[in-house]
Amino acid sequence: MTENDRAVELVDITKTFPGVIANDNVNLSVGLAEIHAIVGENGAGKSTLMNMLYGMIVPDSGEIRVRGEVEHFRSPKDAIDHGIGMVHQHFMLADNFTVLENIVLGFEPRSGLTIDFKEAREKIIDLGSRYGMTIDPNTLVEHLSVGQRQRVEILKVLFRGASILILDEPTAVLVPQEVDELFANLKVLRDNGVTLIFISHKLDEVLSVADSITVMRGGKTVANVLPSDVDAGQLAELMVGSELPVPETTDSTVTDTVALRVEGITHRSPDGRTLLDDVSLSIHNGEIVGIAGVEGNGQSELIDALMGVIRPDAGSVELDGTDISQDSTMKRHELGLGIIPEDRHRQGLLLNAPLWENVMLGHQSQPPFVKGPFIDMKGAKSATEAVVDRFDVKTPNINVPALALSGGNQQKLIVGKEMMANPNVLIAAHPTRGIDVGAQAAIWDELRDARRAGLAVLLISADLDELIGLSDTLLVIFDGKIVASLNPAEVTPEILGSYMTGVGQEVAS
Amino acid sequence: MKVGNLFLSLLAPISAIIFSLAVGALVLLIVGIDPIDAFGQMVTFSADSTSLASSINKAVPLYVSAVAVAIGFQMNMFNIGVEGQYLIAAMFAGWVGTNVVLWGPLHITAIILTAVVVGAIWAGIAGALKVTRGVNEVISTIMLNFIAFSVIAYLLANRFAVESTSLNLSTGKLPESGLLPDLNFLITMFGFAEPRGIAIPGFLVIAVLLGIGYYVLVWRTRFGFDLRISGMNPGSARMSGVNPKKMIFYTMLISGGVAGLVGLSTLVGKLGAYTQDFPRGIGFAGIAVALLGRNHPIGMALGALLFGVMDRAALVLKLEGIPEEIVVIIQGVIVLAVVVAYEIFGRIIARREVRAAADALENLDTGAGVTA
Repeated sequence: MTENDRAVELVDITKTFPGVIANDNVNLSVGLAEIHAIVGENGAGKSTLMNMLYGMIVPDSGEIRVRGEVEHFRSPKDAIDHGIGMVHQHFMLADNFTVLENIVLGFEPRSGLTIDFKEAREKIIDLGSRYGMTIDPNTLVEHLSVGQRQRVEILKVLFRGASILILDEPTAVLVPQEVDELFANLKVLRDNGVTLIFISHKLDEVLSVADSITVMRGGKTVANVLPSDVDAGQLAELMVGSELPVPETTDSTVTDTVALRVEGITHRSPDGRTLLDDVSLSIHNGEIVGIAGVEGNGQSELIDALMGVIRPDAGSVELDGTDISQDSTMKRHELGLGIIPEDRHRQGLLLNAPLWENVMLGHQSQPPFVKGPFIDMKGAKSATEAVVDRFDVKTPNINVPALALSGGNQQKLIVGKEMMANPNVLIAAHPTRGIDVGAQAAIWDELRDARRAGLAVLLISADLDELIGLSDTLLVIFDGKIVASLNPAEVTPEILGSYMTGVGQEVAS
Repeated sequence: MKVGNLFLSLLAPISAIIFSLAVGALVLLIVGIDPIDAFGQMVTFSADSTSLASSINKAVPLYVSAVAVAIGFQMNMFNIGVEGQYLIAAMFAGWVGTNVVLWGPLHITAIILTAVVVGAIWAGIAGALKVTRGVNEVISTIMLNFIAFSVIAYLLANRFAVESTSLNLSTGKLPESGLLPDLNFLITMFGFAEPRGIAIPGFLVIAVLLGIGYYVLVWRTRFGFDLRISGMNPGSARMSGVNPKKMIFYTMLISGGVAGLVGLSTLVGKLGAYTQDFPRGIGFAGIAVALLGRNHPIGMALGALLFGVMDRAALVLKLEGIPEEIVVIIQGVIVLAVVVAYEIFGRIIARREVRAAADALENLDTGAGVTA
């Protein structure tokens, strides 16, 4: 192997964000004209790494080499100038523009003062036929299927002259036959000399298409393997890690009373994809049921269905023996269903509003926050003081906007306000995501205490320490289905990893 | 720190107004008129009781209109249809007022209620379209304006007009019980001269009550909380149990109901009837006032008064042979400049708040360290 057959080399890359080491001495080497897969769980550092290669983030230390040359990218434009292109998971296309217009957008070939559409059209048709991705340049993007839109995104990047393509979870949005087509396209691209870096956590796909695989875990690159040398089970183990945390050996506080019973919830997206497939589970008072799974396998939809934010196509939810399937979200809050939302900025906070208004969120129909139709500012503020005191939220006062707090303190505020409302059942989605170790331990302790006091918790998390450390029962969700119910004390990384990545059946049998 | 931020918030509209006056002066200079002289004339002309009454007369409907727009803004909705809503509401209110004769206070109440209900229904159409069909309220309210204009033209000419000797069609003069008394005593009690040909409208009282009601509803009730959070962060609102669709519909109803009141100051005041030449354009001007006043009840009152004074002052320009459109130019520039200025000062304030919180935390930490 000579130096110059490497398309991309990342050497000892480190990047820290406040409180988190996103990439820790990461090394990656991608050969010319190969399909190189990067696999790892959410939060393993894949996106950070790719964003650095694409110039969106500047590394703290380490070296980026493209075709043997050391480069310092300051912006995506630098990366594009060096032939690197990125196909984002969420398409960035204008629906009411044609394929042609979308592709040239921001990169218009000019003739005089006008855009040279003729030249652009020829170039697109030429690119399409060369790489087997034919598409009519005059079609409106709104008429295209998801798979075709992705093809437009790829053509857009090629049009800009990229020969190294980064694809961020390209299969996440595709149906199976579209995945096959995509892989066929990728192979043609590779055979024509294009280098492809492909982020995924679907192991069977990775094994079928990649020439080389790099596994990331906890901000580090833990292995570089060839698909011929590993099977899905071994890959899953590399991804999850060989050591699982040991669960806390506390006595079980699980009682016989079922607090939350979910029966046969099925939900489809408007375009017919199944998001939740006959999900059933029950949680007893004093029990924490953990849901493990790679993100995007139905967790968000399950939370929304439990909270009444979406109405599932089928199935029922029972809280303390009462059917709440038809109740509004507000009514569910009132009945004692608490929620720590998965995305605190989008679902859990009002960033520009003072803390006491944030604490009201979800409880604005109940005392001490309201008196009749009026806001009880005194009651709301003293309730907020109580949350801030008991959960040690670091803030100068309760009138500052939520955006003035650090992430950990914002999260403590959310956890605190839900716990102080004394719920019967708490849905805790990623309760400690993105916060420092101290705040994490405090939140875990609170959850354990509440469980001892009889709270039923549905814990949805991507953090295996958290799941295994807290759960009494561990369920695995994959592709909208509960595929396994495991004992956290006995589970092995291989089993957990394989269920989470959808290869569980073979391994289990 | 608090005072500093208040000062910064005030600096935004003030700098915008100064900037706009400068632009106006520049335009005057270009057309060869001495701006100092022109502005001087405006100031002298404005400073008498007739001008004051006239300014308040202009400001009251502008204020009501601004409140109607601001209610929509609280939810990130743009009710451009205040114009059509208040005209159609005023026409129906005028018609009811002349045709349904009730005992004194009940009569005026019936007129006001009619206006509120008609305005709410007209805006409710846009609300229903947005909730059920996803039609953008900007488009639907603009369209509803045109429909309102046509409906008014038809009904006024063919159904509601009373026999009239003049060419000006009208729903007919309201009887005494359908009018609000003027408030000129507010001026005369301080020894100033009685305004000539114009009066401080009795509707001013209702406008003040409306401002207070708006403040209480938006910042002091649970409904207002639900409304504001739906505008601030729809995701958080939904998760907290607020149905954004319901809030959209209610917001439109309330905004339209308030819009229905815009024309009443004139209807139950100096005009006493809905006529073909009923004042127009207040719905659009209200958008500018809401922007200028930052949706705040007092800010909008000051904004409405400023616009009222400027409208009145514009009259003297015509007498002096100076194009009065200069005032419209200044008003327009104020709106643009104020949007920019609020954005700039808003960022400065947000930065200061974050920094202040961080500083306070540091003190907190060291303080805790000492006691520990």
